[in-house]
Amino acid sequence: MNATSAEQASPPVTEDALRGVLLAGERPPRPGPVSTSLTFGWRALLKIKHVPEQLVDVTMFPIMFTLMFAYLFGGALAGSTQEYLQFLLPGILVQANVMITMNTGITLNTDIQKGVFDRFRSLPVWRPSPLVGALLGDLVRYSIGSAIVIMLGLVLGFRPEGGAVGVVLSVALLLVFSFCLSWLWTMLSLILRTPNSVAGVSMMVMFPLTFVSNIFVDPKTMPGWLQAVIEVNPITHLATVVRGLMHGSVPAGEIGWVLVSSVLLVAVFGPITMVLYRNKK
Amino acid sequence: MGKLAIETRGLKKSFGKTHAVAGVDLAVSAGGVYGVLGPNGAGKTTTIRMLATLLRPDAGEAQVLGYDVVRDARSVRTRVSLTGQFASVDEDLTGVENLLLLARLLGYSRPRGRRRAADLLDAFGLANAADRQVKKYSGGMRRRIDIAASLVVPSELIFLDEPTTGLDPRSRNQVWEIVRGLVAEGTTVLLTTQYLDEADQLADRIAVIDHGKVIAEGSSGQLKASFGAGSLHVRLRAPEQRAEAERVLAGVLEVQVEPSTDPVALSARISDPERVARALAELSRGGIDVTEFALGQPSLDEVFLALTGHPSEETPKEDAA
Ligand SMILES: Nc1ncnc2c1ncn2[C@@H]1O[C@H](COP(=O)(O)OP(=O)(O)O)[C@@H](O)[C@H]1O
Ligand SMILES: [Mg+2]
Repeated sequence: MNATSAEQASPPVTEDALRGVLLAGERPPRPGPVSTSLTFGWRALLKIKHVPEQLVDVTMFPIMFTLMFAYLFGGALAGSTQEYLQFLLPGILVQANVMITMNTGITLNTDIQKGVFDRFRSLPVWRPSPLVGALLGDLVRYSIGSAIVIMLGLVLGFRPEGGAVGVVLSVALLLVFSFCLSWLWTMLSLILRTPNSVAGVSMMVMFPLTFVSNIFVDPKTMPGWLQAVIEVNPITHLATVVRGLMHGSVPAGEIGWVLVSSVLLVAVFGPITMVLYRNKK
Repeated sequence: MGKLAIETRGLKKSFGKTHAVAGVDLAVSAGGVYGVLGPNGAGKTTTIRMLATLLRPDAGEAQVLGYDVVRDARSVRTRVSLTGQFASVDEDLTGVENLLLLARLLGYSRPRGRRRAADLLDAFGLANAADRQVKKYSGGMRRRIDIAASLVVPSELIFLDEPTTGLDPRSRNQVWEIVRGLVAEGTTVLLTTQYLDEADQLADRIAVIDHGKVIAEGSSGQLKASFGAGSLHVRLRAPEQRAEAERVLAGVLEVQVEPSTDPVALSARISDPERVARALAELSRGGIDVTEFALGQPSLDEVFLALTGHPSEETPKEDAA
C-alpha cells in the first residue's frame, strides 16, 4: 500500500550519503537524569497523541463510576443524591486515580515485550529514566482523569467548600500518591510475563484496596475488625485528606500520613523494580 | 593483528534448563565485520545481549573494547550500539520522532537533534516516510530505521542481530551496503545471521555456533579449507549411468560419493585434487558421458552440515526470544 509507494519514491542508500552522515555524528555531553526522564516522559505523551484510544480508561471509567454511585446509592446512603455527592466525589476522585495507575504496569509490560526496551537499556543513560519517564507521562493521564471527575461533579451539584485552592491542592497530593503507588505496578509488570496477568493481579490488589476503605461510605457502621483494617489502608487516609481539603479543612496529621506512605511505596517498590529491571531477561 | 574489540572466555547463560550459551570463547579484532552464524535457537541473541550489557552472564568473562561487561557496563554502553533482532524502535512513533528521542537521550539539543534526525533519514532513503508511524513501514524500511537509530552518535562497535532475516533480496542488499559503508568508516560490526551466504559475503571472520557453543571459527576460506580441499560436482548425460559413475568415482577418489537430488548429478568431497583428472579420464574410458563438471570449495552449507551433523535451517521459525 502506501508503504510500498514511499519505498519506490525514496532514493537508495548511497555510500556518499552514508559516509557524510557517519562523519557528521558527534557525541554531545551526556544529559543528566532529569533531562533523560523528561525525554522519556515526552515519549509517553507522543504515544498518547498517536494512540488516543489509550485514554478510554481515564475518561469512561471515572464518568461511569461517578454516575453509578451517585444515583444508585446516593438516596439510600445519605438521604439524597446531592448530599451523597458531597461525600462521594472526593472518594471517586481517589478511586479513579488509583485505578488509572494500574494501566502503568500493563503498558510497561507490553512495552518490554516488544523489544524497544532493549535499546533503551543499552543506552548510557540514568537507568531508571525510562520508567520514571513513563510515570511522568502518566501524570498527564491522572490529571485528565481528575479534571473529568471534578467537572462532572460540578455539573451534578458538587460544591467544594474549600474552593479552587482546596481542589488544586488535593489533586496535587493525588498526583504525588499515584506516582508513588505506580512503582508497585512497575514491579509487578517486571515479574509477570504477560500484560493480561499484570491486569489480573492488579485487579486483585486494587479491589480490596479501594473498597475496603472510606471511599464510598463512612466505616462507623462496620464491624470493629473491619474498621481496623480500613484504618491502616493508605487509601483511607488519602480519601480523608482529599475530602478535607476539598471541603475547606487542612487535616495536617493525615497529610503527613499520606506523604509518609507515598515515600514508603517508592522506597520499597522502587529499588525492587530497579533490581528486576537490571536483571530482566 | 589489531587490538581486540571483543574477547570472551567461557561465557555461559542458561534459562532454566535451556543452556542458551554454553561456554563461548570469542576473539574479535577491531575493524571489519565479524559474523556469528548459527541456526535459530543457537544462542546468537543471548550472546549479543550479554555483550551489550543487557544480560548478566552466569559464568565466564567478556571484555568489549577493553571494558568488562559486568564491572564496567557503563563504559561499554557509551561505546557500542545495538540493533536488536526484534522491534528496536518504538512502532507507535514516527521515524523522525524515534530518532529525535534517541538524539535527545544521547545529549543533542532539540534543534541539533532535529537536524541529526533529518540527516539520518535522508541518508537512509527514509525522508519521505519521516512523519509516518514506524508500524506502517515496509520490512526493508523498518530495518533501515533500526540501523539508523544505532548511528545517532558514532559508536566504535555495532551489534546487528539478524539484520536481514525475512527481508526481500533488494532490501537485503541495501543492508549489506550499509554494513560495508560502516566498516569503511572504521566501525567494527558484529553481525549474526542464519544465512550462510551472508556470512560468506560480509564477514572477515566467522564463528559458527550451535547449541550455545562455537563449533568452528576462522575466515570463510579457512573454514572451507579446514573441511577438505573442496568438492567435485559432476553432471551426466544419462541418469541410468549414475550408479556406474558413482562406483568409478568412489574407486579413484577413495571417498564417499553423494548422489544429489538432481538425478544426473553427483558430488564428492575430495582430499587430493590431483586425483580429479584421473577420475574424469576413468569416467570417459568407461563410456560415461559427462556434460558438466566443476571443482569448487565446499559451500558453507556443506561446512555446516559437516560440523553439526544436521543441515542449517534455511527457513527461520519465529522464536520467542
Ligand atoms: N528470555 C529467555 N527465557 C527463556 N529462554 C530463552 C530466553 N531467551 C532465549 N531463550 C532460549 O535460549 C536458546 C537460545 O536463544 P537465542 O539466543 O535467542 O538464539 P538465536 O538468537 O541464535 O536464535 C533458545 O532455546 C531460546 O528458546
Ligand atoms: Mg536471535
